[in-house]
Amino acid sequence: MSESLTREEVERIAALAHLELTPDEIETFRRQLGDILGYARQVQAVDTADVPPTSHVLAGLPRDREDALRPSLDRDVALSQAPDAAQAAGLFRVPRVIG
Amino acid sequence: MGAPTIAAVRDAIARGETTAVTACTEALDRIAARNPELNAFLAVERERALERAASLDRLPPEAHGPLHGVPIAVKDNICTRGVVTTAASKMLAGYVPPYDATVVERLEKAGAVIVGKTNLDEFAMGSSTEHSAFGPVRNPWNADATPGGSSGGSAAAVAAGLVPAALGSDTGGSIRQPAAFCGVVGLKPTYGRVSRYGLIAFASSLDQIGPFTQTVADAALLLGVLAGADDRDATSAAQPVDDYLGALTGDLSTLRVGVPRALLEEGVAPEVLQAFEAGLQALKARGAQIVDVPLPHARYAIPVYYLVATAEASSNLARYDGVRYGYRTPDARSLKSMYLRTRDEGFGAEVKRRIMLGTYVLSSGYYDAYYLKAQQVRTLIRRDYEQAFETVDLVAMPTTPTPAFRLGEKTDDPLQMYLADVFTVSANLSGLPAISVPCGRAPDGLPIGFQFIGRPFDEATVLKAADGLERELGKS
Repeated sequence: MSESLTREEVERIAALAHLELTPDEIETFRRQLGDILGYARQVQAVDTADVPPTSHVLAGLPRDREDALRPSLDRDVALSQAPDAAQAAGLFRVPRVIG
Repeated sequence: MGAPTIAAVRDAIARGETTAVTACTEALDRIAARNPELNAFLAVERERALERAASLDRLPPEAHGPLHGVPIAVKDNICTRGVVTTAASKMLAGYVPPYDATVVERLEKAGAVIVGKTNLDEFAMGSSTEHSAFGPVRNPWNADATPGGSSGGSAAAVAAGLVPAALGSDTGGSIRQPAAFCGVVGLKPTYGRVSRYGLIAFASSLDQIGPFTQTVADAALLLGVLAGADDRDATSAAQPVDDYLGALTGDLSTLRVGVPRALLEEGVAPEVLQAFEAGLQALKARGAQIVDVPLPHARYAIPVYYLVATAEASSNLARYDGVRYGYRTPDARSLKSMYLRTRDEGFGAEVKRRIMLGTYVLSSGYYDAYYLKAQQVRTLIRRDYEQAFETVDLVAMPTTPTPAFRLGEKTDDPLQMYLADVFTVSANLSGLPAISVPCGRAPDGLPIGFQFIGRPFDEATVLKAADGLERELGKS
């Protein structure tokens, strides 16, 4: 009862997920995602008329905290883990965006 | 395997029989001796831990906390300030968090000494710890078996007696399943009972941090330290924290325990069923009443879980883009190709599989049929438990359908790996507290776990029943 996925569908999903997959990965995921979705399809047989979806299990509303100023991370600290930071300028550096 | 409990370490220090430095040194020596074979720890913080222990030894007795001088390990998806935190992913290799998770602050405030960070399935996605980017963990009872996952390093560290306790995280069973496979106690608190601030997110509506210990009493003690509201996690609950240790009376005479018999009819190994029945007899001997409960939608828990958890994961893991922290591909020439290649090179196969699945079920055309439908069935699974708790105080079932499986047994077939979570995921989908407590062994010596699931924020009853079972089984 495996769902049949095409290579094009897998490539479309990979593009949405910002993943550049190798041809081997595309074939493996095509097969495995088909198996998993085929199994998961059984939920579609459950009668859910008038059943609201559960997106969280909180007993009440999320907690609010006082809207008061408090210290946050220093810029130097925030930049310290970046693979390529322009520390002096206080910026994250990335490859060229516009050609 | 003969390591001291939390209570034993703390009391020995209080009596002047040992010091925090000695207790810490002994733990570090045990780790040094066993870790090369187990691979339970990704990082051991020897100097830092000994310095901290020495500073604890200088405190006057009146300043000792409830975990004074106790060495504890922390799963490596929980942020520790100044100590590398990788989530067992190449994506975060070398990442040094600039802040502590709330649970780490609470442990240290109570006097604990964090000795190291434990191995896990990458980003906590897996049931065997074989999906770690830094190699699998071995089960201390059998080197060919997995310790379970995703918190396999924490479970193995406690089971092998390296540390008295460890923290894990549980999204679909990642504390309880490895606890069962390794023969230790593992507690997943109610969603919101413990702050998630500083936990590297996998599926935010399901994730919860909890303890691994050798005894139920130690789990009660640790939960008392970890639980409570936190301004930095809006989903942490304001409910008062009960006296968990005080709940452990050993008297189960007013307790009604429900068993979902229909769920156990298929796919459960005979040695697991036998151990479970023996556990029920032990509860009866303590005065508990055992009744059947129907959980008609529990059979859909696995598909619902893998649709909901992967959807949340695909969103949470969008943040790893090679810009602000973590891995970046070395030679991309445009921003777009940097994103794509960083993510392909930085994530392992299981993480990519789940991101793909989650992206698929959230995408246009499939959202209603898969994601929305799964959320509706999630409601039905929750309602089953609400109804059950009108007549019983706890629901009991095995933690896992089999004892620990072999390394490599399920790595080629992700769906088979997912099916092993059949008894653990419904507590996460419903937000309920649940515990796995050791209950016998298979003929080959591998441990078997017994699971209790309780009402929201009723960890006291969950712990009381688990403690009663532990006492009764300990008599024989």
